[in-house]
Amino acid sequence: MLEVKNLSMRFGGLLAVDQVSVDVKEREIVSIIGPNGAGKTTVFNCLSGFYKPSGGQILFEGKEIQGKPDYKISRMGMVRTFQHVRLFGNMTVVENLLVAQHRHVNTNLIAGLLKTPDYRRREKQSLERARYWLDRVGLLEVANREAGNLAYGQQRRLEIARCMVTEPKLLMLDEPAAGLNPAETKELDYLIVSLKEDYNVSVLLIEHDMSLVMGISDRINVISQGRPLASGTPEEVRQNDDVIKAYLGEA
Amino acid sequence: MAANNIKHALFCAVITLVISYPILGLNLVADGAVVYLEGATTFTVVSVFLAAVVVFLFQLFRDDIMARLGFISRLNPLSGRDPMPQQKRAKLESWVLTGIIVLALFWPFFVSRGSVDLATLVLIYIMLALGLNVVVGLAGLLDLGYVAFYAVGAYTFALLSQYAGFSFWMALPIGACLAALFGLVLGFPVLRLRGDYLAIVTLGFGEIIRILLNNWTNLTGGPNGIGGIPEPTLFGMEFGRRIKEEGNTSFHETLGIAYASEHKVIFLYLIALVLAVITGLIIRRFMRMPVGRAWEALREDEIAARSLGLSRTAVKLSAFTIGAFFAGFAGTVFASKQGFISPESFVFLESAIVLAIVVLGGMGSQIGVILAAIAVTILPELAREFSDYRMLVFGAAMVLMMVWRPQGLLPMRRIHIELGKQG
Ligand SMILES: Nc1ncnc2c1ncn2[C@@H]1O[C@H](COP(=O)(O)OP(=O)(O)OP(=O)(O)O)[C@@H](O)[C@H]1O
Ligand SMILES: [Mg+2]
Repeated sequence: MLEVKNLSMRFGGLLAVDQVSVDVKEREIVSIIGPNGAGKTTVFNCLSGFYKPSGGQILFEGKEIQGKPDYKISRMGMVRTFQHVRLFGNMTVVENLLVAQHRHVNTNLIAGLLKTPDYRRREKQSLERARYWLDRVGLLEVANREAGNLAYGQQRRLEIARCMVTEPKLLMLDEPAAGLNPAETKELDYLIVSLKEDYNVSVLLIEHDMSLVMGISDRINVISQGRPLASGTPEEVRQNDDVIKAYLGEA
Repeated sequence: MAANNIKHALFCAVITLVISYPILGLNLVADGAVVYLEGATTFTVVSVFLAAVVVFLFQLFRDDIMARLGFISRLNPLSGRDPMPQQKRAKLESWVLTGIIVLALFWPFFVSRGSVDLATLVLIYIMLALGLNVVVGLAGLLDLGYVAFYAVGAYTFALLSQYAGFSFWMALPIGACLAALFGLVLGFPVLRLRGDYLAIVTLGFGEIIRILLNNWTNLTGGPNGIGGIPEPTLFGMEFGRRIKEEGNTSFHETLGIAYASEHKVIFLYLIALVLAVITGLIIRRFMRMPVGRAWEALREDEIAARSLGLSRTAVKLSAFTIGAFFAGFAGTVFASKQGFISPESFVFLESAIVLAIVVLGGMGSQIGVILAAIAVTILPELAREFSDYRMLVFGAAMVLMMVWRPQGLLPMRRIHIELGKQG
């Protein structure tokens, strides 16, 4: 469903991403790993339309999307989270989920002012969808709290829930386990697998937690200093000499 | 540290001298056809010099002074209190608003004509401020040319009545929609600018509209303005002593009461009141609708909002257009109240006043905006002898406000949508 061919991104003299190719098929969990500063987040920024890539091709469901505005890409069904959580901190948890559903609600101003039946019905549906996902990620108790006051782990889960209410086809997670304790990481592991199994979402994952990555990935892409280093199943990647060298050299 | 301060203070003092002396000290005197420059009187020179000394001393001890000023905020009895629970606060707010409106309904029958007239002006400013509040307070776009849309509304009514004989009620929606259209067309190219740049471009736009009105003499009458704008009618009843429009009846004759000039003023006031209440209600509703949430989301974290599929341009444009719509609304009422408009009424100062109301009131809060509108319009009237210093007082008030209560008189606390226990 997602095909990235020879993606490059240059910042002035720095070639942050150099000829990276990634492939995600339906109902697949694909990970991108690599040392700090390898260019993983930059790849995400190109895919989600925040940066205009300097080279390469990005196909989503057969359509070229490189250079398209971010909000259009998101509306096509490719939604991401951020390495540093980005919530609407002054809004409540449930409102965070309502904002994300603007495509499902009736945004017609007149309909909203008159509270037409269609407007009410859709507003109710989006509240129900929000309730469903809050329950799913275990945040129902804090639904009416301000998002900025949540514990870190809760914020992470809220960000994922906020993506899911948009009903994406491909979910892109940038280091979702960063800052989580082992128990929370375990929960996250189950959640991601369930997103794939129960909701037919493909997942593109950036993660440093190797046990998480090795456990759930169907395939792994390794990049180092912007260049692709290896790719394959977790088993193949684990045994790849270049990867071992890069990671040992890093550590 | 100290040396640095002295340098800075000296610099500020010199700037004060350089700026104030030519402005205050030098006079252009016209003597027949010849214009010559006249030097300053001793008094001015001494005052300017003293001002520079004051600036110097203030800058030198600024940290101390500012620290003292911090005490003022502790004098505010409300400052340390915990915020009320949301439900209670929302209820209180509705009660207070309803109380204000009921009071406002009966009040004009017991006061002088002049007060009612002034109150109408306050209501017009409230409408303007509520509209600008959407743009600045809710969507976070600094618009310094808001008066342009006010002018579009006013001139639309004036021109429609002059050339096509439209009545107030027909012109009201047209004026508002045309202003909104202006907002839409102008917003489109400029809204991709950020912060200060947006402020400058909108400022320029406001001036362009005014200059256009001033110079398009064939259509707008230029600086002479347009007069004879009709007053609103009540179901075809006019409020003047004699009927101006064919087919209308006169209010006092229909009701069989004696003619009184107050009727007209009170009627206008009531119209302005009703329209202001409608404006407030609509905007309150917007705040709880998807569009209101989108404004807030985009203001809080633009990147996150875009990653969820919100189009920055569309969301900002909606705020800009809605703001312009209500400015057009207010403009139509203003034209009708004055009966005469000219570009003089739409100078930058008006934008500044409305913006000041929004900032003083606490961006996004409606009761705050209402109180600030009353304060900003009425205080200058009460202190007429200080009218020359109006801008000075204004500036001082804004500075004090920023030190004392940057969040405004009554900061906005939006009513959150709650998820009930069971769906
Ligand atoms: N907007 C930018 N302008 C200039 N350089 C950038 C920009 N964004 C990223 N870079 C550079 O690109 C390189 C890759 O950064 P990136 O954030 O993609 O790394 P990463 O793989 O996500 O690392 P980490 O694991 O620490 O998150 C870094 O050297 C970074 O400094
Ligand atoms: Mg990163």
